[in-house]
Amino acid sequence: MAEDYIKLTTPLTDEDVEKLKIGDRVLLNGVIYTGRDAAHKRMVEALDRGEDLPFDIKGAIIYFVGPAPAKPGWPIGSAGPTTSYRMDPYSPRLIALGLKGMIGKGGRSQEVIDACVKYKCVYFGAIGGAGALLAKSIKKSEVIAYEDLGPEAVRRLEVEDFPVIVVNDIYGNDLEKEGRKQYEVKD
Amino acid sequence: MREVNVSEVTEAIKKLCMDANYYLPEDVYNALQEALKKEKSPVGRSVLEQIIRNADIAREERVAICQDCGLAVIFMEIGQDVKFVGGDLKEAIFEGVRQGYKEGYLRKSTCHPFTRANVGDNTPPVIHYDIVPGDKVRIVIAPKGGGSENMSRVMMLKPADGLEGVKDYVVQRCSESGGNPCPPVIVGVGVGGTFERSAFLAKKALLRPLGRPNPDLELAAAEQEMLERINKLGMGPMGWGGTVYALAVHFEMEPCHIASLPCAVNINCHAARHKEVTI
Ligand code: SF4
Repeated sequence: MAEDYIKLTTPLTDEDVEKLKIGDRVLLNGVIYTGRDAAHKRMVEALDRGEDLPFDIKGAIIYFVGPAPAKPGWPIGSAGPTTSYRMDPYSPRLIALGLKGMIGKGGRSQEVIDACVKYKCVYFGAIGGAGALLAKSIKKSEVIAYEDLGPEAVRRLEVEDFPVIVVNDIYGNDLEKEGRKQYEVKD
Repeated sequence: MREVNVSEVTEAIKKLCMDANYYLPEDVYNALQEALKKEKSPVGRSVLEQIIRNADIAREERVAICQDCGLAVIFMEIGQDVKFVGGDLKEAIFEGVRQGYKEGYLRKSTCHPFTRANVGDNTPPVIHYDIVPGDKVRIVIAPKGGGSENMSRVMMLKPADGLEGVKDYVVQRCSESGGNPCPPVIVGVGVGGTFERSAFLAKKALLRPLGRPNPDLELAAAEQEMLERINKLGMGPMGWGGTVYALAVHFEMEPCHIASLPCAVNINCHAARHKEVTI
């Protein structure tokens, strides 16, 4: 892999995320958890009832993905990110509990960006629509909660050099905004 | 009259669902290669390289290009001299979708709108029927992902807004969509007819091969102008900054009501999948 990648291993610490800036390319290693629309709704409902989350949220990374079914011989099917704004209503609550990273595509709300600054959490982007390629970095997959949700169940993934880019860092910067400013052509 | 057994339709649709999800159309693949040459941002170029590599992996290993294998949007062009035998045509289409998504290891993405319970077999597909001269059946499948569909809109513009109003609306819609629809995107624009007809035209515009402008010179010029304006916004691949946000704008137009100017924008992601067969 290119030298300009930063390698990180989960669970993430404050020191890990403090050194990340927008545009940094990162290779993630270790365990990440999947969750998208329906799983986020259930997790927040569980918190409302005073119950535990299906995994330890401290230092964790949630990947917004609903993978395709695995072909025989593959640990998982195609597994690229889904659009993140739909998780915006739920994310700040999880960030406040110690979530350190999220992986998705597209922009986030100001509330999420503010929570990322306040509690030191990073929003990573993965390449949307590159699900076959990204699946190659996933070595193991296991459903750990909400199996009835099918593709939306919560999975524990073991990843090796999973490629992401920092879109929102803990300093309030936003790659979508900055990238656009840099390449905008005004007539 | 030519008889066509509906079991042939099931078989054809099953295969199309799989092939559409594994094999990115050549025109899209080539357009991505062209984009790679044009893109100025290093991050953008790396995104495009990975998207191209992804398409290669999907093709070689016969796995889904994207985990969102879409709602199956099916265009049925039925020759008026065809007689279907052997069962219910609609059920035969549904069965093709069921089998294709199950046997092809494709993700099932249809759910109840409120409980969000997954239907489990990716039915119902969206079927558009058209009766045409002849005795053939042409079936086109375009699996459509949720991310780019969510960024699509129908806007009932005022007649006074005119062509300029349409162009402004399309550019604004892209600007507001950012990275959400997995750029580089293809933008389908449908103007005319009624509310739902404009949306249909925009969807159909997405099926037109890339590199083929609208034969009407005025519309072709509008396509080019919108494409340039969208790319000048600087959003780039995945919205992370760059010079290629859209690969093409396809504009289709029909007459509309004297009181209206319906304008639909249907955005498609770079996983612009479609496959067809003629029986
Ligand atoms: S918008 Fe397209 S490429 Fe992106 S996740 Fe959805 S189907 Fe896949």
